[in-house]
Amino acid sequence: MNMLDQFLWVIFPYLCIMVFILGHIYRYRYDQFHWTAKSSEFIEKKHLRLGSLMFHLGIMPVIAGHIAGLGIPKSWMEALGVNEHMYHFGAVYIGSLFGFLTLGGMLLLTARRLTIKNVRKLSSASDIIVNLLLLFIVIMGLFSTVVTNVVEPSFDYRSTISIWFRNLFILRPDAAFMIHVPFSFKIHIVAGFLIFALWPFTRLVHVWSVPLNYIGRSYILYRKNRKQG
Amino acid sequence: MKIKAQIAMVMNLDKCIGCHTCSVTCKSTWTNRSGAEYIWFNNVETKPGIGYPMRWEDQEKYKGGWTLKNGKLELKSGNKLSKIALGKIFHNPDMPEMKDYYEPWTYNYEHLTTSGEKKHQPVARPKSVITGDTMDLKWGPNWEDDLAGAHVTGPKDPNIEKIEEEIKFNFEQAFMMYLPRLCEHCLNPSCVASCPSGAMYKRDEDGIVLVDQEACRGWRFCMTGCPYKKVYFNWQTNKAEKCTFCFPRIEAGLPTVCSETCTGRIRYLGVLLYDADRVQEAASAPDEKDLYQAQCDLFLDPNDPAVIAQARADGLTEEWIEAAQNSPVYKLAIEYKLAFPLHPEYRTLPMVWYVPPLSPIMNYFEGKDSIQNPDMIFPAIEEMRMPIQYLANMLTAGDPEPVKESLQRLAMMRSYMRSVSTGKPFDEQRLSRLGLTAYQTEQIYRLLAIAKYEDRFVIPTSHKESYLDTYHAQGSEGFGLDCGGCGTGGPSTNKSGKEIYEENFYGGIWRD
Repeated sequence: MNMLDQFLWVIFPYLCIMVFILGHIYRYRYDQFHWTAKSSEFIEKKHLRLGSLMFHLGIMPVIAGHIAGLGIPKSWMEALGVNEHMYHFGAVYIGSLFGFLTLGGMLLLTARRLTIKNVRKLSSASDIIVNLLLLFIVIMGLFSTVVTNVVEPSFDYRSTISIWFRNLFILRPDAAFMIHVPFSFKIHIVAGFLIFALWPFTRLVHVWSVPLNYIGRSYILYRKNRKQG
Repeated sequence: MKIKAQIAMVMNLDKCIGCHTCSVTCKSTWTNRSGAEYIWFNNVETKPGIGYPMRWEDQEKYKGGWTLKNGKLELKSGNKLSKIALGKIFHNPDMPEMKDYYEPWTYNYEHLTTSGEKKHQPVARPKSVITGDTMDLKWGPNWEDDLAGAHVTGPKDPNIEKIEEEIKFNFEQAFMMYLPRLCEHCLNPSCVASCPSGAMYKRDEDGIVLVDQEACRGWRFCMTGCPYKKVYFNWQTNKAEKCTFCFPRIEAGLPTVCSETCTGRIRYLGVLLYDADRVQEAASAPDEKDLYQAQCDLFLDPNDPAVIAQARADGLTEEWIEAAQNSPVYKLAIEYKLAFPLHPEYRTLPMVWYVPPLSPIMNYFEGKDSIQNPDMIFPAIEEMRMPIQYLANMLTAGDPEPVKESLQRLAMMRSYMRSVSTGKPFDEQRLSRLGLTAYQTEQIYRLLAIAKYEDRFVIPTSHKESYLDTYHAQGSEGFGLDCGGCGTGGPSTNKSGKEIYEENFYGGIWRD
């Protein structure tokens, strides 16, 4: 195990997680004014429609799948009656379905962002980086699911990556689990952690503003001056 | 009963000359910033016309305001769950685009001085503020000013489309009017109801509707929710912005900038007292044509001792109650029934009221026998279905009767005042047939024709000292120095705020 492995699978993930947490605290406290969905629908509406809907409706099940696949140990799954075959079916077929939906959306959104002049002119460097990085992550994730899983059927990420991932959160990091992981998975994971580190400083913060409490709220809001101090 | 106070506005359309001073002073005060170039908190439209944004009155397209669903009030764009569950948050199908307003542009003025020697004079060409590209201008602010191109846009005006085919005719020869528009600061604001982040709110003390810039998350449902399309999206900050009713001025007892600078003195500001418990009920009237009356019924007589007692119990100060008693808005809208809310059928209970213009009807007689017999105006109000139905489609959900009565009162006031100043006898029976007394008629004349500053603007101060330490708050609000182009800021001069203010308004345009 060399230093690079230690860096990639121990130091880098912790670094990214710390930046993710502290960055969000900082931004929430000091930069409410720029905390927004940063929608470009006002500038361009037609091409956004399919791209945005495909991407958002694809990415949500994909994230849920990642939580299930990485967060829940294999033994627990089996105790719940989900055997290897069932899990594999869900991960590969349903995962790919939503993966391709996400990829399609991401390709449309990237094309829109780069080729439509109004949208491109209003894109910050951060918007373009997030866009390209997300596209790259989705491509590598899909490649790992669809190609690598077929080419290297003996590889089981639930007994390598998942354990490594969970160990990070119980503060027992072990890069050894990651050494024999196929290259495509490694790239997907590193890029994934990178986007978590960028997250608090980009438009991605809008994810935390999903207005779920709107549903139970009264329609009209009043604000009253209250005596201060 | 829960009494709340609302600062409301009346505009006397008869005196609007369409000079756009209100729009320009508003813009130079509030929206002369990048990202807000296209934003006009106040704009003046020529009617008939499609307006700004194009066809904003077409709620089948924009889905603004409220609708009745099984007798219950619901947002026209869909209920709360549908905004999130149906994916509208990812792509809002009802939202207007920049091109529905106009793409902001500037000119490459420097070309005029830097261009080399050529056969032809150099010209400054329009350049898009967004892309920097040269533009071929096809639409812009006030593109249809004074009915320019109205043979194309006029028939697409939703208020014209609603008029039955048989009485449509060449409206260009029939009438033209101006409609200054700003946020209506509604009693039942559908923009507030549409905001998923809870960033929009109605101020409890004076009813002003604002966007909390820190809390706005840019979901843009307010743009769709507002049927008047008066909440805008700043494409630089990616947040919603809207007319503030110049609240820092209102708090200090001063009129809004648009009202202050109106050259025709058409604007009135005052307090209305209303029963907050009955707002939903009023907005839910089953028949659209009842909405105007239902809205009027919400407002309480500020001279009624029971109302005064309840207002005191609900925390209103004597100053506010007195302002409500002297309110020009109460007089024009409720007491004399001269002013109407814009599009009550949107069920938002708008708080900017309009006195319909008599001039389009007077013009009908121009060059005929109007001078010999001014009273010809009364049969004309009965006969002229076209402008009256048009006004009714804008002001009373299509019911022509209240509009006719208002116009008749205005015409009667002219007729009465003419006889007073010429010393001719006047049968006061004619006034009482329209529900007026001689005293009231003279009051209307004083308010509408003389329009003294003190009569137009009756605004109580907000008494900030009652809830914050004004001594310590002094100088703590306003723009910082790092905000490019959003204020004067900078190192202070030795002048007091009052001196600077008086200097800026040199020439006395702000005071009679």
